[in-house]
Amino acid sequence: MKKGINIIRSTAVPLNIENVDTDQIIPARFLKATNREGFGKNLFRDWRYENDDESKPKKDFPLNNPVYKGKILVAAKNFGCGSSREHAAWAIKDAGFDVVVSSFFADIFKNNSLNNFLLPVTVSEKFLQKIFSVFDSNPSEELEVNLTSQTIKIISSGETESFDITHYKKTCLLNGYDDIDYLLSSKEDITKYELENKF
Amino acid sequence: MGETTNKVSSLNPPSGGRGATLFEKIWEKHVVKTIEDGPSVLYIDKHFIHEVTSPQAFAGLNKRGIKVFRPQQVVATADHNVPTINQHLPIKEELSRVQVETLKKNCAEHGIDLYGLGHPYQGIVHVIGPELGITQPGMTIVCGDSHTSTHGAFGNIAFGIGTSEVEMVLATQCLMQSKPMLMRINIEGKLNTGVLSKDIVLYILSKITASGATGYAVEFAGSAIRSLSMEARMTICNMSIEMGARCGMIAPDTTTIEYIKGRRFAPEGEAWNEKLKYWKTLYSDKDAVFDREIDIRAEDIEPMITYGTNPGMGIGVGGHVPSLNEIDEREKPSFEKSLAYMGWQPGTNIKGKKVDYVFIGSCTNSRIEDLRMVASFVKGKHKANDVEVWVVPGSKQVEKQAIEEGIDKIFEEAGFMLRQPGCSACLGMNEDKIPAGKYCISTSNRNFEGRQGPNARTMLASPLTAALAAITGKVGDIREYYRESELVNN
Repeated sequence: MKKGINIIRSTAVPLNIENVDTDQIIPARFLKATNREGFGKNLFRDWRYENDDESKPKKDFPLNNPVYKGKILVAAKNFGCGSSREHAAWAIKDAGFDVVVSSFFADIFKNNSLNNFLLPVTVSEKFLQKIFSVFDSNPSEELEVNLTSQTIKIISSGETESFDITHYKKTCLLNGYDDIDYLLSSKEDITKYELENKF
Repeated sequence: MGETTNKVSSLNPPSGGRGATLFEKIWEKHVVKTIEDGPSVLYIDKHFIHEVTSPQAFAGLNKRGIKVFRPQQVVATADHNVPTINQHLPIKEELSRVQVETLKKNCAEHGIDLYGLGHPYQGIVHVIGPELGITQPGMTIVCGDSHTSTHGAFGNIAFGIGTSEVEMVLATQCLMQSKPMLMRINIEGKLNTGVLSKDIVLYILSKITASGATGYAVEFAGSAIRSLSMEARMTICNMSIEMGARCGMIAPDTTTIEYIKGRRFAPEGEAWNEKLKYWKTLYSDKDAVFDREIDIRAEDIEPMITYGTNPGMGIGVGGHVPSLNEIDEREKPSFEKSLAYMGWQPGTNIKGKKVDYVFIGSCTNSRIEDLRMVASFVKGKHKANDVEVWVVPGSKQVEKQAIEEGIDKIFEEAGFMLRQPGCSACLGMNEDKIPAGKYCISTSNRNFEGRQGPNARTMLASPLTAALAAITGKVGDIREYYRESELVNN
């Protein structure tokens, strides 16, 4: 069992770029590890540094901008598309984020995030644009994500929107349950299925 | 392009008086149980694994002290991280070597068949599954790789998963899955000369965008699809993930059955007859309902090329990059970022642009048919002086066949370098990287920033368009060069 999540109130890092693919989140050359740890330092590697040189951070990239920090990453439409590499979710979580907010997530990334207790919060395009504009004018703004009430709030204005999550996944995340725990507890049903289906 | 959207949600079971889709027929057969207001426990028939996304899954099993539940339903190969020259020598790069050795050790410990380096069946996981006859209609297939959608060309549900899910399947042969919405893309008519299946899928992507099918399982149908070989169908299903689709699929027909018959792991005798009975039930019923249907005329499709940094940013080779006034205000920053990366201006023509590298390979286009087509075009020609051309076969079997057919000689005479099987420059995990700033026409599936190497610039195209660029050193229109009599309709 892992540590569950519920209310996350934090400043955020806005990344107003559409179609962010998992090759950008963690480039393929960093996938050679055989463990799950330490991917955070290479998060958005090629967007953060000139010519792969850590002494040359790109100043205009939000993750390098000291005014932006926090546990919430806010990204534009179709975040996490492309490769199925779970290393992308590991990298974001390892870099200290607990929530990613976007108007649209790619399927596999969304599942990978949920499996790592990194909460993907899907908001309307309108609400997303509102968040971006709030952070443009006030980088120290805070957001509050409440899993129990399935809401996300912009603290200063109180503007709130609700988000969807299945009852099953919500229970898992609140209590720290993994899918694998559930599947392992279903072995009897699985074996019965196999017998009935001639495996 | 025409479009119909149905508000009848696919969440309603097909039993309510309407016919079932191909997807629903396979899905229903594999549901072990369903949680109320939640996902289903979906049984997985075949699980492919490779060296990059499996080590942490095995580590998870070891930590729990459990063994692989059904090792005979798991097949492993090494492809992402392997060198494509001198494969008989130990892998030079330490991290890559450790990863490949870890796979070997895990497979030995858990009793899983491994077609690793040096094995006559080794190759890209999505090439070897079909060519060995492991991939069959009506199955559920997963792999820790997004291009698992390739296998759907045989009429099955095949999709990519993350490493936590790889661990779940290793542990229980099942996954927790919510049923996606259903889309059908119908392509009717006859393809134009020089238009290949790669052009079909790049055309669809240019119309519906890189997120146009997110949340959907996509069935490709229509006379233009039916006319395609299995290799060509695989190219289309392969890139269904680039639209965001959960999976792509094509109903099995005689082309499918003929392809599978006699392959290494294809059923035989009575088992074959049993399977045939099941496979013949696998089609979408006439009164089946899709959440969304898209109609495309085959005649509208041209040889395609991408100009940007996602696979949805494609145009006909004769076309121009969109001008700023053609782009939605909100999408402008991403569009401009993309063009800045490619070093191009809005509105520019792609035809005639200089090419530095040509990469013919990847799970999209590295099968024997792709190599044959390229060879038939380049025979007697030589590559342009300042272009480097890499041909990377999808598997040891493809490589062997190419040599048997003399294709290797044609490439050698043309100045093309025939390398050994692997994912290679599709993702540049090994040393096959395109240098910074260089332009590469690639038959692979992703033109993301840095995909083929930091700051490498990728243009996705068909094997024929790539072959043409290799010869001329520039982006060109294959229709102007390719005589109709020579056309092999892919």
